[in-house]
Amino acid sequence: MGAAGAGRLARPPYRPGYAHVGWRAGTATTVAVLALASAPFFLAPYATTALTRMLIFALLAASLDLLVGITGLPSLGHAAYFGVGAYAAGWIAGHGTAAAPAPLLAAVAAGALMAVALGWVAVRSSGVFFLIITLALAEVVRQLAVSWEPVTGGSNGMYGIAATRVGGTALTNVAHLHWYVLFWFLVGLLVLWSLSASPFGATLRGIRDNEPRMRAVGYRPFRYKLAAFVAAGAVAGLAGGLLAAQQRLATPEDLGFTTSALALLAVVIGGSGTIWGPCLGAALVILVRDSFGPSLDGHGPLVLGLVFIVVVYAMPRGVAGVRWSRRRPQLRTKAG
Amino acid sequence: MSELDDVLRCAGVRRTFGALRAVDGVDLAVAPGARHALIGPNGAGKSTLLRLIAGGQRVTSGRIWFDGREVTSDPEVSRARQGIGQTFQRSSLFRTLSVAENVALAVQRTRGRPWLPFPRRPGWAARVDEMLRLVGVEDRAHHRVDTLSYAECRQVEVAVALAAEPRILLLDEPAAGMSAAGTARLLELLRGLSAEITLLFVEHDLDMVFELATEVTVLHLGRVLMSGAPTEVQASEEVQRAYLGTGRRGELFTTVRSMGGDHVTPGT
Amino acid sequence: MANWVDIGVIAVLNGLAIGLLLFVVAVGLSLVFGMMDVLNLAHGAVFVAGAYVAWWVVGGSPTWTGWLAALGVALAVGALAGGGLLLMTGPLARRSHLEQALLTLGVALVVAELLSLAFGEDVRSVSPPPGLGGTVSVLGNAYPAYRLLLIALGAGLAVAAHVVVERTPLGALVRATVADRDMVAAVGIDARLVRAGVFVVGSMLATTAGVLGSPIYSPRPGLDSTILILALVVVVIGGLGSVRGALVAALLIGQIESTGRALLSDLASFLLFGSLAIVLALRPRGLFAGAIGGQH
Repeated sequence: MGAAGAGRLARPPYRPGYAHVGWRAGTATTVAVLALASAPFFLAPYATTALTRMLIFALLAASLDLLVGITGLPSLGHAAYFGVGAYAAGWIAGHGTAAAPAPLLAAVAAGALMAVALGWVAVRSSGVFFLIITLALAEVVRQLAVSWEPVTGGSNGMYGIAATRVGGTALTNVAHLHWYVLFWFLVGLLVLWSLSASPFGATLRGIRDNEPRMRAVGYRPFRYKLAAFVAAGAVAGLAGGLLAAQQRLATPEDLGFTTSALALLAVVIGGSGTIWGPCLGAALVILVRDSFGPSLDGHGPLVLGLVFIVVVYAMPRGVAGVRWSRRRPQLRTKAG
Repeated sequence: MSELDDVLRCAGVRRTFGALRAVDGVDLAVAPGARHALIGPNGAGKSTLLRLIAGGQRVTSGRIWFDGREVTSDPEVSRARQGIGQTFQRSSLFRTLSVAENVALAVQRTRGRPWLPFPRRPGWAARVDEMLRLVGVEDRAHHRVDTLSYAECRQVEVAVALAAEPRILLLDEPAAGMSAAGTARLLELLRGLSAEITLLFVEHDLDMVFELATEVTVLHLGRVLMSGAPTEVQASEEVQRAYLGTGRRGELFTTVRSMGGDHVTPGT
Repeated sequence: MANWVDIGVIAVLNGLAIGLLLFVVAVGLSLVFGMMDVLNLAHGAVFVAGAYVAWWVVGGSPTWTGWLAALGVALAVGALAGGGLLLMTGPLARRSHLEQALLTLGVALVVAELLSLAFGEDVRSVSPPPGLGGTVSVLGNAYPAYRLLLIALGAGLAVAAHVVVERTPLGALVRATVADRDMVAAVGIDARLVRAGVFVVGSMLATTAGVLGSPIYSPRPGLDSTILILALVVVVIGGLGSVRGALVAALLIGQIESTGRALLSDLASFLLFGSLAIVLALRPRGLFAGAIGGQH
């Protein structure tokens, strides 16, 4: 073994495999961005709006994947940060300024702060406990949105949110709104990509694979997990801010369990661990919800429930097909 | 040598699981640069003692000093950061990552910036290759860990532990389940380590123990039976009896070697 | 002053009723997770199915026959639901918790939608059995008679569950499987039947609780997630797989719910989840996880 090994020393040296973008990925990304940017020229306004909505939801799903796919924290309450972002953006637009980045900044800050507060509790648990506690905490946030009527508008939601203003003009044109959303969508994705391709991302993957060993090597997993939770919350808040700008409405529904479940469904359909997978998954989910939903008289969840069941059986690895079906060392092995 | 010079010291360390006294009042002193072996029959409390020192489990009573500083109540992470490294009896790696990425995680903790939130070619990449070459898995660098053989996993295990730059390395049966060639290679690797790294290891393969060790401590039923130079231990009648229940010397090596693959059930 | 005492008595009794009902729901969830590692997010939907059965069979004109029939139908529905879920989660035994949770979540969505397709979107109130619709005087306070019956029945079921799990050979096997599944398999016991039984009985308890609770928790869309979340909180606080833990946690949550609602109605849910957060911060695996759950 020794001699053979020495003879093969010409192997490429170590470098992080995810730290460089190949020309193929680069080209695909450029084409996709150009297609998305030119969509308003080809599509009817309602189709453009649908596409805008997909982008918003895709950003939510991608931010959730930072938790689920990269860090191994399956959250069932990610819509809380999304909805809080929407409310924060709406409130600032109404009571502060609707000038361009302000509502979004408020949304990001609100998402991040909420994630700090709730993540402080949630991140201490793991596996199935994390699933349950994120679900429960999101439910608290939803009830807060329903009962804090003077600010949130109660169960009717916050409606008539002032249109975002860019350089003095209000964003009411469908195409302008689409470009605005696309720009911030790309910013959000860039942040997520950077996090996941960085040394920080490598640390998160290590925690996902084997947290006890990370501790034995000298990492303090809690801090990294909390940081990932806050980053995901901030990007989800950004997506929420975009939602407020797009539909000019924020409802308790947006932070509810169904929205969280849909985001998770998007991640699973797309395949966790990548950034583009959940985006595709989100597009698919929104397509199903918005096209089947109305024809089923408001029983869209029926279709989505079936999709859940089918996906778990038929596509355990999602579209991106990465590392999904492999069972990670979770509670089961710890209990053994 | 005075007590203050010991890199690791345990005083009256005790750990009970219900009525079972897994480790029952162990005093242990490990000198800097020592290759200190812990031997003893199954159930003697060797693995438990290592876990108590690493901080994976808490002592029921007793105190532990590392480098002159008491670490008894420090959590595992903080002991690891002070320089207590460990390898596990059952390989514990990052299974969906490649061999190089496994080692890189440990290197990144000591030499890199694990908080850096944007991609950058690390300056310490060469160190990863160095560690891979050291344990002889450089031609598997880009394979996922869960595709490796058992012996290769053991090698990566050692590489990950060494990459964290420990001042003392706790090895829990490093040669268990390895072929003769693998054991020889591991022995060569451990012998070649700088004297700045102190070794404390549990091993059933007594040939390896007496090849490598500069000091041997024999545990029996959670207590220290004796501690001394390898030759003293080999000569001890008491040790013979503990292992075999007889006084016949010749069987120490033959009989006990056949136990080499046995695993002490962790006392959890 | 007397007024506060009266509010207190009523709140405590309400808490007891809610707590015991929650225990009956949660014990199945807890044991199914403990034994099979399946987090059944469809459990709330199973409860609501029981409640709808009560409305459908009993409706607004209650008779004792109607109530007994409703219980019978609910038991059958629960057995079917448990069997169905068992068959569905079987193939996923070696997959992650997340995937099993997603599957049962999908089932929950489908069941909830089917129920609201069948029974409509309105709140369907169910009347207590004849003779129990009125009130009884408890320490000088008028208290709904049905809730007292509910407390008695809940206590009976709790005692029965406790005795079965803690005192019988069957229960010993259940506890052993919760503590160490692999060990039970390694000593050659085939626990598959027991596991299937726990799943089915757990679902039957959920539908029974749905029927018994229907005069308090009127069946309506959205009730499934309310109950599911309450049951999950109970299970987490009590420790997954622990019957005693589930009982203590359910009684605790019942008191927090009812006292909270009586004193500070809007903040009740914060009290509830606040206590969950505190428990998890102090004991991340629940209060009684060490007692039975045996997680190292």
